[in-house]
Amino acid sequence: MSILGTRVVRTEDPVFLTRGATYTDDLTDERLTGALHLTLVRSPIAHATITSIDIEAALAAPGVVAVYTGADCDLAPALLFPAANKAMLRPFLATDRVRYVGEAVAAVLTEEAYQGEDAAELVDVDYEPLDVVVGMKDALKDEVLLFPEAGTNSVTKMHLAKEEAPEDLFADCEVVVSKEILNQRVAAAPLETRAASGYWGEDGRCTIFCSTQNAQSARDEVAGWMGIDAKDLRLILPDVGGGFGAKIGADPEFALVGWLSKKVGRPVRWNESRSENMTGMVQGRGQLQTVTIGGDRDGTVKAYRLDVVADAGAYPRLGVALPMFTRMMAPGTYDIPKVWSTAKVVATNTTSTAAYRGAGRPEATQAIERAMDLFADAIDMDPAELRKKNVVKPEQFPFTTKGGAEYDTGEYAKAIDLALQAADYEGLRAEQARRRQEGGPLQLGIGVSSYVEITGGGAFVENATVEVHADGTVTVLTGTSPHGQGHATAWAMLASEELGIPVDKITVIHGDTDLIPKGAGTMGSRSLQTGGIAVHNAAVELVELAKQRAAEQLEANVDDLVIENGTVQVKGTGTGVSLADLAGADELKVFHEWDGKKPTFPFGAHVALVELDVESGKATVERIWAVDDAGPILNPLIFDGQRHGGIAQGIAQAMLEEVVWDEEGQPLTATFADYGIPSAAELPSFDLVTMETPTTINSMGYKGIGEAGTIGSCPAVQNAVIDAVSHLGVEHIDMPLTPLRVWEAIQEASK
Amino acid sequence: MIPVGFDYQRPELLDAALALLAEHGEDATVLAGGHSLLPVMKLRLAAPEVVIDIGRLAELNYIRLDGDEIAIGAATRYRDLVVSDVLAQECALLPAVARTVGDPQVRHRGTLGGALAHGDPAGDLPAAVLALDGTIVLRSPRGERRVPITEFYTGVFSSVKEPDELIVEIRLPRTGSTGWAYEKFTRRSNDWAIVAVAVATLPSGRRQLGLVNMGSTPLRASATEAALAEGKPIDEAAALAAEGTEPPQDNAGTPAYRRHLVTVLTRRALQTATA
Ligand SMILES: Cc1cc2nc3c(=O)[nH]c(=O)nc-3n(C[C@H](O)[C@H](O)[C@H](O)COP(=O)(O)OP(=O)(O)OC[C@H]3O[C@@H](n4cnc5c(N)ncnc54)[C@H](O)[C@@H]3O)c2cc1C
Repeated sequence: MSILGTRVVRTEDPVFLTRGATYTDDLTDERLTGALHLTLVRSPIAHATITSIDIEAALAAPGVVAVYTGADCDLAPALLFPAANKAMLRPFLATDRVRYVGEAVAAVLTEEAYQGEDAAELVDVDYEPLDVVVGMKDALKDEVLLFPEAGTNSVTKMHLAKEEAPEDLFADCEVVVSKEILNQRVAAAPLETRAASGYWGEDGRCTIFCSTQNAQSARDEVAGWMGIDAKDLRLILPDVGGGFGAKIGADPEFALVGWLSKKVGRPVRWNESRSENMTGMVQGRGQLQTVTIGGDRDGTVKAYRLDVVADAGAYPRLGVALPMFTRMMAPGTYDIPKVWSTAKVVATNTTSTAAYRGAGRPEATQAIERAMDLFADAIDMDPAELRKKNVVKPEQFPFTTKGGAEYDTGEYAKAIDLALQAADYEGLRAEQARRRQEGGPLQLGIGVSSYVEITGGGAFVENATVEVHADGTVTVLTGTSPHGQGHATAWAMLASEELGIPVDKITVIHGDTDLIPKGAGTMGSRSLQTGGIAVHNAAVELVELAKQRAAEQLEANVDDLVIENGTVQVKGTGTGVSLADLAGADELKVFHEWDGKKPTFPFGAHVALVELDVESGKATVERIWAVDDAGPILNPLIFDGQRHGGIAQGIAQAMLEEVVWDEEGQPLTATFADYGIPSAAELPSFDLVTMETPTTINSMGYKGIGEAGTIGSCPAVQNAVIDAVSHLGVEHIDMPLTPLRVWEAIQEASK
Repeated sequence: MIPVGFDYQRPELLDAALALLAEHGEDATVLAGGHSLLPVMKLRLAAPEVVIDIGRLAELNYIRLDGDEIAIGAATRYRDLVVSDVLAQECALLPAVARTVGDPQVRHRGTLGGALAHGDPAGDLPAAVLALDGTIVLRSPRGERRVPITEFYTGVFSSVKEPDELIVEIRLPRTGSTGWAYEKFTRRSNDWAIVAVAVATLPSGRRQLGLVNMGSTPLRASATEAALAEGKPIDEAAALAAEGTEPPQDNAGTPAYRRHLVTVLTRRALQTATA
């Protein structure tokens, strides 16, 4: 029986659940013996010139070994995203100007961690406040500039439409609806905050232990910043406690740790506090969108326009790239004849933005799914019906959209139908009508979303090494970078399937750039369809290799050999030789690099039910029915786990989470008391419906599931909440749908 | 998130704690459950030189009947309020309110005296004790005094308590197991209240309301109480709940929203309390 598709319990969990993970800050590695602790003095002001920095008092404080400012730091200010305006450089320690609250201004090195916080308070920085720009629309005005040298807050022209929107875009439409929609800023807030520890070996090489989602690219980035050759830098990832996209690549602090370690000649450790994390770690979303949708009264959508302004924060990073995915995925699951989109990216005096579960695609889905509801409302058609009428039909695949994406496989209407059936959509609508009729305070809202997303969109190539050892154990080296996804289990299953060796004898290793010099890491739900396929292919090749060797040894024909329980056997006879014995005789190891060449397009549909108290404005998500189709399921336990986390995160964006600054650029959500992370109590049980449509781009049919839940649930929930008050005249409410916002929308509509 | 260095004292006896407090005066801070104090120390918003831990003083940990009243030691934890049989029968509002505080960890650490001393206008317990017309017993080496909670708070996080005084006891009327309600309105289950309303029915039959997060101190809904005393219907009385309040503005609510919310919650609380 095949192990694939079975519910293998995660091999990584016993340690996580008992002793706990070993994160970067937990390391007791002897190479870090005698390490100094780095505390960063961070700007309390969003925009200011630095007129002086006095470190005398800090230098004299107990335990202080050194204090450095920007003036001491010879790391060249870096452009953190290549396509950004070349003047938008980030210094590793601010010298003349700070651009957001939390920017590093000085580095304090102490013998003990606690001494660092005391000493950091004694670093005396004089700031002369400058005007602050927080809102995206204000930033577009170019009145307050973050980088006067750039002459503009505009970060890039890469997402501007090549041509003006055609004047007749909506000319043949009977009905046109337009709305400005905010896809608010959110914080990844992983369990493990950012951390790095570094030391220099006698061989002149630097080693940095750190928390990231992709060791190999982080190595290249950090080496570049440090001005050293990438081969002189080794990155090692201990357990990584969540990333959600915010740990893609390296943080400038990693390079600072390496630089400081060289400067003082001792290992250096850095681990940030939660408050630091809430302003220092890159954040997600942050798009102001204008959607315009047009079509006929019979429900045919004919044209769609999406105008995006994206917030890069103070120093442009990966967030600059994401509108590319938003534009590409703009039409969603629909076959819309005319689609036009454009995006601007602006710098503001806030924390930088980057990827966050879905990274650019959820923003597209949210926009089109809100637009579909607005259009359904305008033509008085059932929103589920409208969606089914306009989705791409199964016979149209592979389908190239007006956004420029080539959808591989999909059955969008079927996914919607499955979700509607599971939810008893008709029944829900009847109950909603009954409640409206009765007019009590508790009303129901039903929201539908249909989505398609891109997985493995960033990097198509991944490698794996599979080696069988003489003791019968197996090592799998992977270029992917699990930080909660369960690759140790999943990759072991893939290898086990081919080798016939049980999962508990297979160890999966990742995240050490000396052992695994190449790899693209884990992001964009890419791992299974790239790294997983590489493991599968490597294991298949290893079996072939073993059979060739066994054929010689057993004097048999290769074609007569089969593998059973880790032994190569001559079919129908008792003779054979184990993989372990073959490995004992000669290294039994295969490296495989797989290039899928293309991304895949998972899809699905969600139905959300909310109950909303119209007197207080408070909405509660009662149920969510989710169809998330990412091809064949390797391990249902892990697959559903990814959906659970994803759905929770999507609901949380819809209902609770938002990073907020005041007009002065002061963060108002820098603690967990203020930032709306959900707990289990805020979430319903999830009703998961299975659907498995394989992709054609790899032999196993696998697509990615990491982000799908977030992409599907968020619009379904937003639509549901708005639906609950639509009979009161409310057309749209921006996320998060807090009681205050809902109440204000009801008040506004009743005017 | 590391506090400024401090001296830690954990006296075994109440008198010793009082003596230490008198000795160090304003340089000292009392630590009870630590669930308000430690966060502000870690954020370096407070930096006491001496921390006097009273959390384990057995002398301050009790719930007992005392004539017409219930006496509760100041260091009694929320969790002990929640499971108390005495309170369930004699003052059921208090445990019901305590049950809504934070999460189980918070409830196993936080104390009634700490909550009252801290006096957060968004805190649950001060408003409940206010609705109940409780009395706060303060003690210092100079002696003991009893302050009705209606006269205790003077502003945001400030009260008539002198730096050398400890809250040692909270005295509440025996209001029984009925006639109460607590409507706490939050975004997340373990959040602080955006607004909350506590209703108690005193032995005299008078219904009193304590409001959470409607001003710089916990407040009574005086106009509502007066209307109820005049026999006005619940709807009418509840509509007056925002009178005399000055609710704050923050991410979760505008003053206008809170004024509205308090009337809704007051109506619901009164309906529950009378049901
Ligand atoms: C995660 C979290 C969630 C929370 N949620 C809520 C909530 O939903 N609702 C709510 O009301 N509260 C909430 N709290 C706060 C909690 O109720 C605190 O426990 C309480 O406010 C303070 O009580 P404490 O015993 O912990 O006091 P401490 O933190 O020890 O002390 C608080 C202050 O009171 C002083 N003090 C303490 N005891 C005495 C005494 N006997 N005499 C004189 N002064 C004294 C201290 O010196 C200090 O200034 C939450 C706290 C946390 C950490």
